[in-house]
Amino acid sequence: MRLLKELWESFFGSLVGLGSVVRFLLRLVAEAPRALLRVDLIAQQIFNSGALSLVIIMLSGLFVGMVLGLQGFQLLQRFGSEEALGTAATIGLVKELGPVVTALLFAGRAGTALASELGLMRATDQLSAMEMMAVDPIRRVVVPRFLGGVIAMPLLAAIFSVIGIYGAQLIGVQIMGVDAGSFWSQMRAAVSLTDINEGIVKSLIFGVACSLIAVYEGYYAIPTAEGVGRATTRTVVTSAVVILFLDYLITAAFL
Amino acid sequence: MNQPPAIVQIRDLGYAVNGRTVFAGLDLDIPRGRITAVMGPSGTGKTTLLRLITGQVAADSGVITVAETDMRTVRRAELYALRRRMGMLFQNGALLTDLSVFENVAFPLREHTDLPERLIRQLVLTKLQAVGLRGAAGLMPAELSGGMSRRVALARAIVMDPEILIYDEPFVGLDPISLGVILRLIRRLNDALGLTSIVVSHDVQEISAVADLVFLLSGGKVVAKGTPDQLQSNPSEVVGQFIGGLADGPVPFHFPAPDYFGELLSRGEDP
Repeated sequence: MRLLKELWESFFGSLVGLGSVVRFLLRLVAEAPRALLRVDLIAQQIFNSGALSLVIIMLSGLFVGMVLGLQGFQLLQRFGSEEALGTAATIGLVKELGPVVTALLFAGRAGTALASELGLMRATDQLSAMEMMAVDPIRRVVVPRFLGGVIAMPLLAAIFSVIGIYGAQLIGVQIMGVDAGSFWSQMRAAVSLTDINEGIVKSLIFGVACSLIAVYEGYYAIPTAEGVGRATTRTVVTSAVVILFLDYLITAAFL
Repeated sequence: MNQPPAIVQIRDLGYAVNGRTVFAGLDLDIPRGRITAVMGPSGTGKTTLLRLITGQVAADSGVITVAETDMRTVRRAELYALRRRMGMLFQNGALLTDLSVFENVAFPLREHTDLPERLIRQLVLTKLQAVGLRGAAGLMPAELSGGMSRRVALARAIVMDPEILIYDEPFVGLDPISLGVILRLIRRLNDALGLTSIVVSHDVQEISAVADLVFLLSGGKVVAKGTPDQLQSNPSEVVGQFIGGLADGPVPFHFPAPDYFGELLSRGEDP
């Protein structure tokens, strides 16, 4: 009986939590049009979330692509169809690995930075100081960071996929000796626009999810050293689970 | 005596946090154009009082009127308009850490006005000159000492030419020189700019040097009011304890606890 009660309470608690996240999202969306006028602020945040994550995204993209090239080659060789490597690697990258791995890396690199920055701003009264200067911190601080993340994510995912394809080509064609002509031509013939759309939709939705979780956790962090630390950890953990869950839903929706 | 109406009026204020009463029946009038100090032992809700006056939290009961605005019914837009007429100095300065000293002071101007860059520059440099930190305009907040941060925050608080300037514990953790600087600035800014200053503090000597009027809070009420001199000669025990800095008295040294010997002799179960 007690177990049931505790289960119900924790379920109810997470429902309330989800509700407040959604309410926060609606508030961000409502403020977004006005925030979009401040191009300088958003550009700054695209730089912070996007450009500063570029190196880790490019490196990871290259290695993931190389692994795909190697594994794909081993597998396809068994069926004597190594030429399909270009198609296999591209579809894998554009539809799945590009958006998902980028989002996971983004949560680790940019999401944690956002959450701890906002949490520390709260802990050091910077957000209250803004309110006292009659500046709405949601509009001035949170929304540009949120939009910056949402814009940066699809761009990062696209870069990840392109570099990944290059990595797969590097291993498959340059080292394993797959015919370059068939690698590229099969890819162009078999990869459709729907595949690319699926990748774009995924990275857009992941961008919203990751950025939302990061700014929510940071904005509502308990203003102590421990609270900010917990907000940062929760940003990564929640983002990872949410990304993988959403990934399944979107994949199923595109079938 | 014919006094001008108070800029902040508090009547029968009641406020509680998590069931703990902070204020019960607090009455307080802050006159225009003066330096008013709100003093009291730690934990009497001085900072909470500031948050109530600035509309960051709402009172449970009673009336707070700030510059003819009733804080019970104030709308968000009105509140923001009111806050543009106030400047507030936070305990730690609360400078925006991603902006330089210059940009911190320019921040309210950039957010609220469309002034040309040249004018913003002049205004910011004037205010920085007033707090003696024009030379630090290019530094980042992390490169400033505590006293300097507070002076930059002060420059930022006056850049919009407020009517009310609020100081939250402005003397905490300052060396004697910085302290003297802040004290002089409070007096000079108040008189030169025609401000109303509200200073929350528990530093008796510093406050006595600068305040025109002092309210002493204890137990959620005003226990004494008057000029610093009047307070010195106040016969009340609470006032004597606070002004004289005595460890025990009406404000107990001990946090409420069960019987001392009883607890020492008990089995040591966690309370």
